[in-house]
Amino acid sequence: MSTTETQKIEELANKEYKFGFVTDIEADTIPKGLNEDVIRQLSAKKQEPEWMTGWRLKAYRHWLTMEEPKWPNVKYPPVNYQEISYYSAPKSTPKYKSLDEVDPELLDTYKKLGISLDEQKMLAGVAVDAVFDSVSVATTFKGKLNEMGIIFCSFSEAVREHPELVKKYLGSVVPYTDNYYATLNSAVFSDGSFVYIPKGVRCPMELSTYFRINAANTGQFERTLIIADDNAYVSYLEGCTAPMRDENQLHAAVVELVALENSQIKYSTVQNWYPGDKDGKGGIYNFVTKRGACRGTNSKISWTQVETGSAITWKYPSCILQGDNSIGEFYSVAVTNNMQQADTGTKMIHLGKNTRSTIVSKGISAGRSNNSYRGLVKIGKKAEGARNFSQCDSLLLGDKCGAHTFPYLEINNPTAQVEHEATTSKIGEDQIFYLNQRGISTEDAVSLIVNGYCKEVFKELPMEFAVEAQKLLSISLEGSVG
Amino acid sequence: MLLEINNLHANVEGNEILKGINLKVNAGEVHAIMGPNGSGKSTLASVLAGKEEYEVTEGEVLYNGKNLLELSTEDRAREGVFLAFQYPVEIPGVSNTNLLKTAVNEIRKYRGEEELDSMDFLSLLKEKSKLVELDQKFLSRAVNEGFSGGEKKRNEIFQMAVLNPKLSILDETDSGLDIDALRIVANGVNKLKTKENATIVVTHYQRLLDYIIPDFVHVLYKGKIVKSGGKELALELEEKGYDWVKSDKAEAVV
Ligand SMILES: Nc1ncnc2c1ncn2[C@@H]1O[C@H](COP(=O)(O)OP(=O)(O)O)[C@@H](O)[C@H]1O
Ligand SMILES: [Mg+2]
Repeated sequence: MSTTETQKIEELANKEYKFGFVTDIEADTIPKGLNEDVIRQLSAKKQEPEWMTGWRLKAYRHWLTMEEPKWPNVKYPPVNYQEISYYSAPKSTPKYKSLDEVDPELLDTYKKLGISLDEQKMLAGVAVDAVFDSVSVATTFKGKLNEMGIIFCSFSEAVREHPELVKKYLGSVVPYTDNYYATLNSAVFSDGSFVYIPKGVRCPMELSTYFRINAANTGQFERTLIIADDNAYVSYLEGCTAPMRDENQLHAAVVELVALENSQIKYSTVQNWYPGDKDGKGGIYNFVTKRGACRGTNSKISWTQVETGSAITWKYPSCILQGDNSIGEFYSVAVTNNMQQADTGTKMIHLGKNTRSTIVSKGISAGRSNNSYRGLVKIGKKAEGARNFSQCDSLLLGDKCGAHTFPYLEINNPTAQVEHEATTSKIGEDQIFYLNQRGISTEDAVSLIVNGYCKEVFKELPMEFAVEAQKLLSISLEGSVG
Repeated sequence: MLLEINNLHANVEGNEILKGINLKVNAGEVHAIMGPNGSGKSTLASVLAGKEEYEVTEGEVLYNGKNLLELSTEDRAREGVFLAFQYPVEIPGVSNTNLLKTAVNEIRKYRGEEELDSMDFLSLLKEKSKLVELDQKFLSRAVNEGFSGGEKKRNEIFQMAVLNPKLSILDETDSGLDIDALRIVANGVNKLKTKENATIVVTHYQRLLDYIIPDFVHVLYKGKIVKSGGKELALELEEKGYDWVKSDKAEAVV
């Protein structure tokens, strides 16, 4: 790469994070630290029933026996769990009936992020459950969904209003003993979304949540549970941006999906958390456990993710294909720039007969970042006729970044068909010159090439999300190739 | 004068490839540059288009009275310089339509014109694709991906037709074309010819010049134009071969 190109890379890498600002709202916070009392307090503040408190405590006691995993291909200073505050809610809660009642400063924050609720409300077909720190502050479109028997509410509300559903499914996909971060989440989860689609109902709109991390030193422990009953369908969108922070912030969410007979869940994420400055200072640690269980025959779960943010991402949305003929899909674009580190991928666990899975992973590394794909395809003894197709591509921008692929295969049934393809490529100067010669600036050229590279994933996203994803990608790669 | 090259010297990786090129091109003219492999034809085209790895060490290039060498590659394109590449690159996942739409609108923005709306843009594409008899299906296919050699060349001329440049440089557009494709491509180029634009055709066979009749022919050899003349020079070259120029080089006409 020529010197002018290198200069341009550096110049543009220095652009500030567009969404870095802190909303000044008095927060109601439990003092820092973690012990059984803190968990009891937290549970009490949320007016939880005893069984919920008990479950949290069981998880906490188990967590004390666990060790933080060392195997992801990422490096970070140790997290001091006693320095985190486990509960923070904007003071002007609880629920608002209309937007007029919402703290204007909060609404202003959303406006800066380009997700004004006014607009969202009018955007036909999208119901918004906005999570601001730990508590849901606004839920729209509820009436319409109610009529169809669809439950779409904050997790806290579900614990109070639909305890039988929560009891039945919480921890049924990701048990509280699952892994270090999921166990921590089970003990201290703050809030999140709950969705239940009853038998035979096709959710008529994309359900969507925007997460934000705000109050300083507040760990975020979202808990999401989505259940599609027999013959149901739902498409759920998760979008994130976070304000600029000086200290690293831990984010350990758990998402559980349950798909019953003939049902389908589409879960799409566009994740744009603050990645830290160009030296890697600040930024979010994103250690997430996302897993879906295809319990019913012919059920289907698709994960689509576009990851451009976070200082460190550690995330493997997975599918457990229990039902015969069930289908798991994973479409991912993971972008790392500057000092970002991502270790992401998926697990497809084939248990039922004729189960199928597709993995399309597109990694893009720029700056001095590191991007790893880690994928497990496991075919159980009884999974007659199981099939998997995996395609893992890496695109390098510049020569200081890295891409690593770690595919793991465990095949216990001889009838399985597993196919794996992997490629690594660089954005060629020839491609950029070609586009420059057609009158296209280098920035637009990179954006065109990268969007072309990600096309297979973007086409899986709902329309309005795909447009946003393309914009995000361009923003996060601005200037990463001269 | 549309293009004026004076004493142009250029290096690549420390080796001097162009060793004092002089060339004048007026609007309305077609110039052919011929020469054996390795003589510097593509290098000249790349330097004019602004490829960074070529370092200009001496000389100047005036384009429409402007110092061309000071402009970025994209600004040269926006000013109307078009290069049909000898080896067009593939850009996976990016459709021809998408590339051209971005290009057309960036060029229009540069010129202070409004963006074309989708309808106008699509009808422009349709009209121009007919000019080079390019099947509509190529519009939605990824740029050059899986195209045959001939399809790539035809696609270059299609892009040229859409972008409507003032100065077109066609680098060996004839290589890899069968006789029918050659006729189609040449036909397209001829139809695009006006009194306002000019074309530089780079080739090492005279075959293409049966279809695109040049006003001037120049022979490039070892980084210099060693002979210039009318279209009959091409025939003479064909007959006598490049050895003739090589031995004759002392009498170079500039
Ligand atoms: N990028 C490059 N790096 C090194 N040498 C080059 C490069 N481009 C061209 N050359 C050299 O310059 C000379 C002229 O090449 P070129 O302009 O492609 O010739 P032509 O198009 O007339 O066949 C050749 O000797 C070639 O090897
Ligand atoms: Mg050449």
